[in-house]
Amino acid sequence: MSVQEVLPLGGLATDKFGPFRADHLLVAEMVKSGSKVLDVGCGDGDLLQLLETRGIDGRGIELSREGVNRCVAKGLAVVQGDADTDLVNYPDDAFDYVILSQTLQATRQPKVVLENLLRIGRRAIVSFPNFGFWRMRLQLLVGGHMPRTENLPASWYDTANIHFCTIKDFIELCDAIGVKMERAEALDLYGRPLRLRLPWWVWNLFGEQGVFLLSRGQGK
Amino acid sequence: MMVGVKSVPSPAISADDRSHEVDHPSSEIAQFGADQPLRLDCGIDLTPFQIAYKTYGELNADRSNAVLICHALTGDQHVANVHPVTGKSGWWETLVGPGRPLDPSRYFIICSNVIGGCMGSTGPASINPATGKVWGLDFPVITIPDMVRAQAMLIDRLGIDTLFAVVGGSMGGMQVLQWTAAYPKRVYSALAIACSTRHSAQNIAFHELGRQAVMADPDWHNGAYADQGIHPHRGLAVARMAAHITYLSDAALHRKFGRRMQDRELPTFSFDADFQVESYLRYQGSSFVERFDANSYLYLTRAMDYFDIAGDHGGVLAKAFAGIETRFCVVSFTSDWLFPTSESRALVHALNASSARVSFAEIETDRGHDAFLLDVPEFLDISRAFLQSAGKARGLTPRND
Repeated sequence: MSVQEVLPLGGLATDKFGPFRADHLLVAEMVKSGSKVLDVGCGDGDLLQLLETRGIDGRGIELSREGVNRCVAKGLAVVQGDADTDLVNYPDDAFDYVILSQTLQATRQPKVVLENLLRIGRRAIVSFPNFGFWRMRLQLLVGGHMPRTENLPASWYDTANIHFCTIKDFIELCDAIGVKMERAEALDLYGRPLRLRLPWWVWNLFGEQGVFLLSRGQGK
Repeated sequence: MMVGVKSVPSPAISADDRSHEVDHPSSEIAQFGADQPLRLDCGIDLTPFQIAYKTYGELNADRSNAVLICHALTGDQHVANVHPVTGKSGWWETLVGPGRPLDPSRYFIICSNVIGGCMGSTGPASINPATGKVWGLDFPVITIPDMVRAQAMLIDRLGIDTLFAVVGGSMGGMQVLQWTAAYPKRVYSALAIACSTRHSAQNIAFHELGRQAVMADPDWHNGAYADQGIHPHRGLAVARMAAHITYLSDAALHRKFGRRMQDRELPTFSFDADFQVESYLRYQGSSFVERFDANSYLYLTRAMDYFDIAGDHGGVLAKAFAGIETRFCVVSFTSDWLFPTSESRALVHALNASSARVSFAEIETDRGHDAFLLDVPEFLDISRAFLQSAGKARGLTPRND
């Protein structure tokens, strides 16, 4: 089954689904049109381009020089920077949404980064590969080595991903720092969202990645 | 035995060529009379004054395709044509010209000599109409905002309200930033390259070194050398040599020259230019004085030293850009130690804090500060992409593609 059959996205022509990543489509769906968005770790700018088609004012930060230059070449407003060190320079409430797509696990201080996301943006959208996914567990349990998948092909010694977590770990972090979870989605190996109202442990086992819409909790 | 000493050679081009350009430039001139004085930051109204400028391409019907190029410290208006004094090609032909990111078939490109310069805009080498003699040190001290104010008067004169883009590197980049801070509504997009919102202590120190070299030349005569019919070319050449080092990088110098000898196998045990790098620097110094006025060098370096946008806005840089709608592209180079990436990053942070639409790219190169003037494909690609996307947003219709 392809992505366009399973994701009910309004406002996008079906023929546009093809080039976009599953988690990008889900993120785009979570962002209200007309809002202002910062994409942290925007890579080649694919998500920002998708958002611009929906009338969203997008900005990006990207660590790699090549990525930035490709973004600027696409006419996107992207600056070279590091999620770990540069988010502190953004003022409070500068954006409606701050997106961290498949980058949290590559930051040095995921907790500080998450706190900054919700300081800069009124909402944050975070997606990450779930290390609790059954195939990960199986590789470690049976194979006895660090898991590698199609989406995470790097070996342990040359991966940029230094802070892997499971969906369960992430939920615990959100609770610990008082972040409110407005919406949670888990995608399976084929990019399909798992059915709603399944217990967390099912998501943690069968979700290949998690996508979370977060807002500031009470008293924080 | 006497140790062989050779100082910097005398210029090959006569001072007449240079001084003729000062008052009678080989380019267009806009003259501003007593009714239009230039209000200088030092409190003086400069009048009359003139701005020498070049244009390339044609202004479109709705006057929306005008691009202002701001030149660097020792640049001038001759961006993309043969220089009238040196006979060399334009200083930014990597960026400006047919098929280049700034193509005259698409844009109306303007570049003016800064106020205080010596290629036709009023400066210390010009004749002071009140005395009939060269201004020299009687010329008022000018600032980057003064340069931009004069450019704005020229842009008014040309009948242009909003510039599609203001583009510049180094001191030119400072002017770009000053344009956006002073006239945000008149700048649709801004390409600021290898620059800063303020001159650093180290940069002021290098400029002071250069100025002291000029002033230490006995031919300087407290700035009144023109009255004596001479020019302090030795002091100015030393200033240029020192400055030129700051425009390069250790890696670039090493790659270009290493420790290679100049036309000899063995050291001469003298202070002759044994090393290629010495010979190169001497050439840079002597060719510079052929085309540049020593006092003008003092005034323009001073203008850069005084530049501090945050200082003009209560110390908070972001205030200078509050609510700005200009599209920014900031570019720095990895090996630029004169205007290092950290300076550009500080600017970008301020622009982010102002919610400005900004792109920022750091280009990997070992060619130092001067990289913006050289054929660095990644830099040129980014400039092209930024201008094209801004042009699309501005509704500029491409003519040929």
